[in-house]
Amino acid sequence: MSETPQEKVARLARLRRDGGVLRDYRSPRYDEPFIMEQGSPGERGVLVPLAEDAVKQAVGEPADYIPEGMARAAAPVLPEMSQHQVLRHYLRYSQMTLGMDLGSDISEGTCTMKYSPKLHEELVRYHRAADLHPWQDEGTLQGLLEIVYETGQYLKEISGMDGFTLQPGGGSHAVYTNACVMRRYFEARGELGQRDEMITTIFSHPCDAATPKVAGFKVITVMPDDNGYPDLEAFKAAVSERTVGCMITNPEDTGIYNPQIDKYVEVLHDAGALAFTDQANANGILGIARARDAGFDACHFNLHKTFSSPHGCEGPASGAYMVTEELAPYLPVPVVTRAGGKYHLDYDRPESIGRVRGFLGNWLCVIRAYAWIRNMGPDGLREVAEISVLNNNYLDMLLMAVKGVTRPYAEGHRRLDQVRYSLEELKEDTGFGTEAVRDRMVDFGIQSYWMSHHPWVVPEPFTPEPCETYDKNDLDEWAATIKKVSDEAYHEPDVVREAPHAQPIDQMRRTEAMEDPAQWAFTWRAYKKKALGRQGPA
Amino acid sequence: MADKPFIHPYIPNAAPATKEAMLRELGLGSVEEIYAEIPERLRFRGRLDIPEPILAERDLRKHVMGLLDKNTSGVDHLNFCGAGCWQHHVPSVVDEVINRAEFVSAYCGGDYSDLGKYLSRFEFNSMLAELLDFDAVANPIYDWGDVAGRSFRMARRITGRDKVLVPSHISPMRLMEIRTLCQPESMPNSTKIRFYEWDRETGKVDLDDLRAKVDDSHAAVYWESPGYLGTIEAHGAEIVAIAHEHGALAINGVDPITLGVLTPPGALGADIACGDIQALGMHMHAGAGCSGFIAFRDDDPVFAQECPLELYTVMETKTPGQYAVGEAIAERTSYGSRDQGVDWVGTASGLWTIAAAVYMAVMGPQGFKELGETCIARSHYAAKLLAEVPGVEVRLSPHFFKEFVVDFDGTGKSVADVNKQLLAHEIFGGKDLSAEFPELGQSALYCVTEYHDQADIEKLAAAVEEVTA
Repeated sequence: MSETPQEKVARLARLRRDGGVLRDYRSPRYDEPFIMEQGSPGERGVLVPLAEDAVKQAVGEPADYIPEGMARAAAPVLPEMSQHQVLRHYLRYSQMTLGMDLGSDISEGTCTMKYSPKLHEELVRYHRAADLHPWQDEGTLQGLLEIVYETGQYLKEISGMDGFTLQPGGGSHAVYTNACVMRRYFEARGELGQRDEMITTIFSHPCDAATPKVAGFKVITVMPDDNGYPDLEAFKAAVSERTVGCMITNPEDTGIYNPQIDKYVEVLHDAGALAFTDQANANGILGIARARDAGFDACHFNLHKTFSSPHGCEGPASGAYMVTEELAPYLPVPVVTRAGGKYHLDYDRPESIGRVRGFLGNWLCVIRAYAWIRNMGPDGLREVAEISVLNNNYLDMLLMAVKGVTRPYAEGHRRLDQVRYSLEELKEDTGFGTEAVRDRMVDFGIQSYWMSHHPWVVPEPFTPEPCETYDKNDLDEWAATIKKVSDEAYHEPDVVREAPHAQPIDQMRRTEAMEDPAQWAFTWRAYKKKALGRQGPA
Repeated sequence: MADKPFIHPYIPNAAPATKEAMLRELGLGSVEEIYAEIPERLRFRGRLDIPEPILAERDLRKHVMGLLDKNTSGVDHLNFCGAGCWQHHVPSVVDEVINRAEFVSAYCGGDYSDLGKYLSRFEFNSMLAELLDFDAVANPIYDWGDVAGRSFRMARRITGRDKVLVPSHISPMRLMEIRTLCQPESMPNSTKIRFYEWDRETGKVDLDDLRAKVDDSHAAVYWESPGYLGTIEAHGAEIVAIAHEHGALAINGVDPITLGVLTPPGALGADIACGDIQALGMHMHAGAGCSGFIAFRDDDPVFAQECPLELYTVMETKTPGQYAVGEAIAERTSYGSRDQGVDWVGTASGLWTIAAAVYMAVMGPQGFKELGETCIARSHYAAKLLAEVPGVEVRLSPHFFKEFVVDFDGTGKSVADVNKQLLAHEIFGGKDLSAEFPELGQSALYCVTEYHDQADIEKLAAAVEEVTA
């Protein structure tokens, strides 16, 4: 009975009305002018309170309290628009944004675009979450501190670690925190002069290379062998008495689990170095494998990926940084503690690296992560991992049946939560590489896929991550879209060449303006000067 | 629990029939066969020791709301804390836009499919540029301290010098963050923080001390307006001139909500401006409403080339008159060049930039002007009433926008005592400065904005009078 994956994906890759699963999609297109070009003098979008007469009489003219030369001479050139017109403008922009909720965001691999429950949005908008001041009395923040403390306990269990901070404002920020903590650890041991090298792998996130560099270390990047990860001997060769530690991902962006990972850690520990694992993408290993069990000294999680906090057009986000007891003294201040049934912000930590951000952290993300973990429980977390891995392997079966798609490395091994594919073959056959496919797939109502971080070690890459959020139909539709665009590349090249066709705008001219100082315009006023030759208010 | 299939509303393929069908198509008996990729010695074979789930949405809502109800908010109480995170009114239309599912859920989607996100971002940059009077604004990141530290490193790269002069009355919290970003001086790439003095009478910078300290080894001179202690800096243009005389850059930290009435950093001649957009339409979120911006001159490409944050440029499509937005000179960043990038970047605070865009658009020039006048009037009214309380003194220059220093020394009470007792009056008193600035005695930094009306201010004054009596 059974249809081959090739037959299946071919059957699916037709429009719905033709018996397939593809959408006859058109994005909203509003031809909406920039807001800076809208409005009319005198219009108001919101009225602000004016000082009461008694207040004015008591204090006199506000201008009297501005030092000479510091009173603004010319009003800022901002829109003068009524409220409905502003709202409508941004609603139009929102409709021209697919985001995750509207699209099929299997596309953004390495980002774990899972569903962010709407309940959580209600929780964080509640005034006892949204309208808290970080410096108000600790006794009036007990609910928030409890949520943060308890979330830390859960993450300790999930990672096997002993200490945590939820101060970093994103994954890269947590990774940077690690570079600072490792530095402080060796400074305390008097070894900082000797140790100045951090090891990472090319398939680890760019921040695993960039943040130790900014922290003042030399960065050694180890390349993969045919297995998709560095051979143990190659890794050993990079380690010496100068090594601070490693900052690596597992599984890496390839989705391949490195079965030698604990051996790497042993090599590092034997050299007196530390081991950190970047767990931005922990979705496939929740309750399955723990960083500590592989010997790691530290790890992190992205609460906006694995733990459901929404990505918010790239933040605010939250990085949970987890450490062993040995590294805990170096965590940023304040640390949330519990004593006598109360929660506290502990600043009295003389070995701390200090702060990586102001105030407390992006704890609205922590509230969501807390709610999500409490909603899942131990079996739910494991189910998340299992279904994300199952989804990925199902999608893989379909994608590997698409002409032009290959999957480098580790033939015969299954991937966990995501896969980095290559369209090199498609490009050789048709001239269309991964960017062309990306810019056509969106015409089917599917979010633009993530290709790869730089450099492209895998040629013409793309990296889907079908986490537990997506149902079987979503997976079919996603694979069918790639199949459809592949077919077009082989048989209807003009359709791909002229893409996109169903988007809010036509094909972009992505060239000179992005690199040329005479053309780049980071603001409308710069554009008016450079391109339109206009000065001052339009 | 473990015996029953777990079919969660957020995990569709957990439905047994679907799961089995998928496994069958894959020729697998169970997901464990996939996990065979993980060696047994690395497997976690226990059951996570975390609480059993609260499954029903109603029950979870009750549980988490119950925890949040242990907090007291700035709506429950009158809040006079500021110090880098300020309670301004957030127009409902701002929340309406940023609560749109498309914006809440979007991430790094493509130029076409997430076009509205990029257009909003460009408009944010464009409107903030008008407030600041700069031509270039980068994509914001975590908070003011973060962008101050990054601006210093940017100045270091541009000038090839490794010291930055900072006024010594900078927020100690902000300074801690800057120090982490600028690296310990033992590191070869550290950017060294040096200080110049402030005038203890006025709260403004000590220009003579700045002149004495600055030399040709400094990458930048940094100043803030209003400063941490609330004072509007009177000498911005002079600071710029002094910095430039020595080939140093002038970096101005600024709260942009003041710029409806105050001279913007661009007009003062600053090379780089940085600060926080939290006041522009963000709820405080216990500090998570913060987001730091960097703006800079665009007349010399080195500023953009050394900018640590992502830059977005407006660009054209093949259809005349149609605009798109794309990332510019992306190879500079760590996403483009890993450890060879000029700095590192990461997921930052995108949603807040959209909130600020909506805020700036609805406020308009008149809104910012009126808001500035109201903040000044009401904060001075509060200062006046508090200064009338026996033993209470308002310190430093009357040149302040919304924050001012209140000295309780004459009452014989500590700020900690006063603030504890104010809680009984449902008031959060000002930020305690006594540990940070011992020279100010038992002083607190009070913040009064347009959020606080005459009655709120009079309630505060009466409560302070009562608790200090």
